Amino acid sequence: MQLFAFLTGLALATALWSGVQAINAEARASYDAAAATLGEGQFDQIAPRVGDTIAQADYLSLRRQGWLVSPIIEGDLGGVRLLGFDPLSSPAGFGVGQVAGTGDLGAFLNPGQLFANAETAAQLVVSVPVVIDPTIAPGIAVGDIGVVQRLLGRSDISRLLVQSDQPMQRPELSDVAPHLRLQAAGQTADMGELTDSFHLNLTAFGLLSFAVGLFIVYSTIGLAFEQRRGMVRTLRALGVPLSRLISLMVAEVLLLAFVGASIGIVLGYAIAALLLPDVAMTLRGLYGAEVAGTLQFRFSWWGSGLAIAVIGAVAAAGIRLLQIARMPLLASARPRAWAMTSVRAQRVQAICAGILLGGACVLALAGQGLTAGFALLGCFLVGAALLLPLLVRPVLTLAERVAKGPVARWFWADTRQQLPGLSLALMALLLAISANIGVATMVSSFRLTFVAFLDQRLAPELYVEAADEAQAYAIEDGMMAQGVTVLPLLTVETEVADLPARLFGVRVGPTYRENWKFLDAVPDAWDQVNAGQAAVTNEQLARRANLWVGDDIDIAPGLSLPIAAIVADYGNPRGQVVVSEALFRDLHPDVTPRQFGLRTDDPVAARHVLTSDLGVDDGAITDQAALKAFSLQVFERTFTVTAALNVLTMAVAGFAMLMSLLTLADLRVPQLAPVWALGLTRRRIGRLELLRAVVFAVVVCLFALPVGLGLAWVLLAIINVEAFGWRLPMFLFPLDYARLGLYAMLAAVAAAVWPAVRLMRTPPSALLKVFAHER
Amino acid sequence: MNVKVLCLLVLFPIAALAQGFAGLGTDADGFAVPQPEPEFNFPADHGPHPDYRIEWWYLTANLQAADGTAYGLQWTLFRSALAPGEGEGWTSPQVWFAHAAVTTPSHHFATERFARGGIGLAGVEHAPFRAWIDEWALEGPDFDTLSLRAQGADFAYDMNLQAQGPLVFHGQRGFSVKSAEGQASYYYSQPFYQIAGTLMLPDGPVDVSGSAWLDREWSSQPLSDTQSGWDWFSLSFEDGNKLMGFQLRQRDGSTYSASTWIGPDGTTTAYPDGAFVADPLTQSRVVGRDVPTTWRVQLADRGVDVEVDAVNPNAWMPLSIPYWEGPVTMSGSHEGVGYLEMTGYE
Repeated sequence: MQLFAFLTGLALATALWSGVQAINAEARASYDAAAATLGEGQFDQIAPRVGDTIAQADYLSLRRQGWLVSPIIEGDLGGVRLLGFDPLSSPAGFGVGQVAGTGDLGAFLNPGQLFANAETAAQLVVSVPVVIDPTIAPGIAVGDIGVVQRLLGRSDISRLLVQSDQPMQRPELSDVAPHLRLQAAGQTADMGELTDSFHLNLTAFGLLSFAVGLFIVYSTIGLAFEQRRGMVRTLRALGVPLSRLISLMVAEVLLLAFVGASIGIVLGYAIAALLLPDVAMTLRGLYGAEVAGTLQFRFSWWGSGLAIAVIGAVAAAGIRLLQIARMPLLASARPRAWAMTSVRAQRVQAICAGILLGGACVLALAGQGLTAGFALLGCFLVGAALLLPLLVRPVLTLAERVAKGPVARWFWADTRQQLPGLSLALMALLLAISANIGVATMVSSFRLTFVAFLDQRLAPELYVEAADEAQAYAIEDGMMAQGVTVLPLLTVETEVADLPARLFGVRVGPTYRENWKFLDAVPDAWDQVNAGQAAVTNEQLARRANLWVGDDIDIAPGLSLPIAAIVADYGNPRGQVVVSEALFRDLHPDVTPRQFGLRTDDPVAARHVLTSDLGVDDGAITDQAALKAFSLQVFERTFTVTAALNVLTMAVAGFAMLMSLLTLADLRVPQLAPVWALGLTRRRIGRLELLRAVVFAVVVCLFALPVGLGLAWVLLAIINVEAFGWRLPMFLFPLDYARLGLYAMLAAVAAAVWPAVRLMRTPPSALLKVFAHER
Repeated sequence: MNVKVLCLLVLFPIAALAQGFAGLGTDADGFAVPQPEPEFNFPADHGPHPDYRIEWWYLTANLQAADGTAYGLQWTLFRSALAPGEGEGWTSPQVWFAHAAVTTPSHHFATERFARGGIGLAGVEHAPFRAWIDEWALEGPDFDTLSLRAQGADFAYDMNLQAQGPLVFHGQRGFSVKSAEGQASYYYSQPFYQIAGTLMLPDGPVDVSGSAWLDREWSSQPLSDTQSGWDWFSLSFEDGNKLMGFQLRQRDGSTYSASTWIGPDGTTTAYPDGAFVADPLTQSRVVGRDVPTTWRVQLADRGVDVEVDAVNPNAWMPLSIPYWEGPVTMSGSHEGVGYLEMTGYE
């Protein structure tokens, strides 16, 4: 039984930990591969100050004045990121895997080839041959710049790589191309950075599960060594040297830890393989990051899983071994319960809990950054868990005082007596329930807010994308003639307040006035924006730039406008600024809108006019419902992983309870024997055992509610702000909590059934033996 | 693998020319092939011939500073076609690359550029004449009056050239045979440029003047399978005569040579295989390999028997296609200066 508990505990702990690590490792490898596919990160780059393309003429002009730069074009083709480069001007060390290996430049340039891994190649529908190259990052296809330009139907460039060796004489970049800017190597947008918060989130969950698993291992080892005290005493009395005994036991723990961890790693692989597609979808939807949908067995995660499991097991065993080493040869094998209830242990626990909760308070008030947020989370949860037994004890004492009748009083006293043995399992249960409450609150709050946000933002009934400028004008004129309100989407990538952001020009009208809900605003915000005298920013930009309504924000060189309103934006992690259409056109006369939102009472008719009269491709029209459905799908995927981990944590906690009860059951026979002898039937005792599990579950649930809500608050008000830049309003969901409580109770009862049944079936002879052995 | 390796692979025709990789660049693959008895058409023939596989505009100059220090300068634009003909924009099969170098008695500076044809980054136009890649250029109103500039990370130059004599044609009126099997190229030169300008070196600018020699050559099937490299000499004697001579080294140790004697007025005499003899005298250890940097050069018919010495034996071009190229001085039957190019010593 102990062997089973030990192995399963360790396996579960390692499984969740290594599963999460495997997902993270796979994602990181995908980002690295994406960065390494072209090895762009090692070079300085030239990018436009505004917008996301560079004219090919700028490239020629730079080269002709001595700037050794090499063009890169990037674009999306049917969901695949196409990267085009020029093999002749690209700097040395710019590795393109097999692209270089084949050496057939003629075929590469003309008629052209694309290189992609097998998964991506299957998605590509292109007129040029696709060469399978497993070293190329998922979701990316690489080709010659001319080929990629042709496939994307473009004639411009996305950015320029700057060679490390530049000629002796060349003009300043600002003299040649003042509209371009130089970015130092490594400062370009890093997918890893952007998605760090998401991975940290997963890691935190992994760590939580691992902690719960270690609780199991620790209590199992504790019990195992407790039971061996007698045997150790006997063996030592017979002359076996202590060092030999210790080394044998260490070897045993190591072997078991290794076996347990190995099982865990296999389980972890299964979990990761199961969850990875959802994670990949989430990352793509939320950040546009591509992650391979298949899992590789990487040393980085299974190695760390194995190491942490063995270290954890040895640490748990070490304390016990130390006690055995120090045990006087002739000391009696005292029952464990006595040792556990020592006042000193309680005091230490109280002090630890105090320190952790104090630390949590300090972090909540003064902490900065995501790491501090997670540290706060850790301190708060562990502190609360440590506090649990200390708070439950007085409750049980009180219940014992109030109880009437000997059986009731015995029940409460015995429950209290069991508390030390069960406290680790109860702590695990507390953590699991709190995490569930916290995450459920966050996800549901997020969902309510997000759906409301989508309703506000996706007001236009149809969205159209024009194929070219001429069609754009035709759509605008044609739709206005039909009495349809046309909302052009004018947008460029730019820098606002020294932060990368997207600038939007909007045609202020009823759609914006009625649908956009501001977090904070001056009374006539839209009028000011319409007059070109103010701007609206999204929450994440305002928070990052440390600005709020009324502050001035730098929109463009020499133009600074007051912020008239802050708008909630849960759609993306990036900054956005909204100005009037007129002001936008003044700032960026070269940007023509290609996308339009259409407000119409009859979307079907409008769609018909677009496709039949204006020659718009049906695929270029998206209706509101489809867009909402897609956004919601991304959202749901985002939290599938969290929900799955939640369920698993709960399962581990339930298992911890089961193991603790089972191991305690044997020890409890001597304590139950007198009660049995006094006339309580085994059946009655068994029922009381079940009742006890329910009592524990209820108490833990009651305690978990405030802890879970505290956790939700930290997630919504601290972690989210740090990770995504927005703060979410918190809603309460009492029905969900009640259901969770019920689940927790079911888990506790399920865990208690087997030990209770075993107790009911304990042969009377076993109970009688207790007296025969004169305990 | 990096892209420069890729470039090397691409440029195999040139590499084959320089180093004689067996079996490469010897079939014409739809490219035009030089024919005997050529009829040149100037100034159009100063421009590119995209139907031929390879082509170059190859300028070398022997220079002197006011203090008498000897310098050498090289500027070469190569065209290498992946397929015959031209194409629009990025689809052009024409690949351009260029080498620039400055040699001093103690240092050798060299660098290279690569560019795609079709988008305007590199090319040659014949009237007015303009050969360019990036900011490097050899250009002027016509082929006789040119300005020249190029730069690398640690050197630059800005020169003016003025032709003092006519174009000269090698081989049979510009049809230059390169092997006993008949591989040939079109080959003419302008060896009579006066050149003056400024070299920008790490220690500061140096004003220099001297003479320059421009070679024009294009072909589609440059080397025989059995050839491993070449030694090419352009020698200017103090009496005004000039000698262009090269020997293609056969793998069996024999050589195939050809040479042109150029009088001060530009009259030429072409000599067949065997007349021009070049024997290495001493080897120098250059970047880990032995390269002959002192030669005995003979052309018996003109009484030439000179020792040719490198101004700087370390004039190694450590580029994608590595070779030795640098200024030389002569002593013996004739005195003078010149340029030496040696390939295939990789």
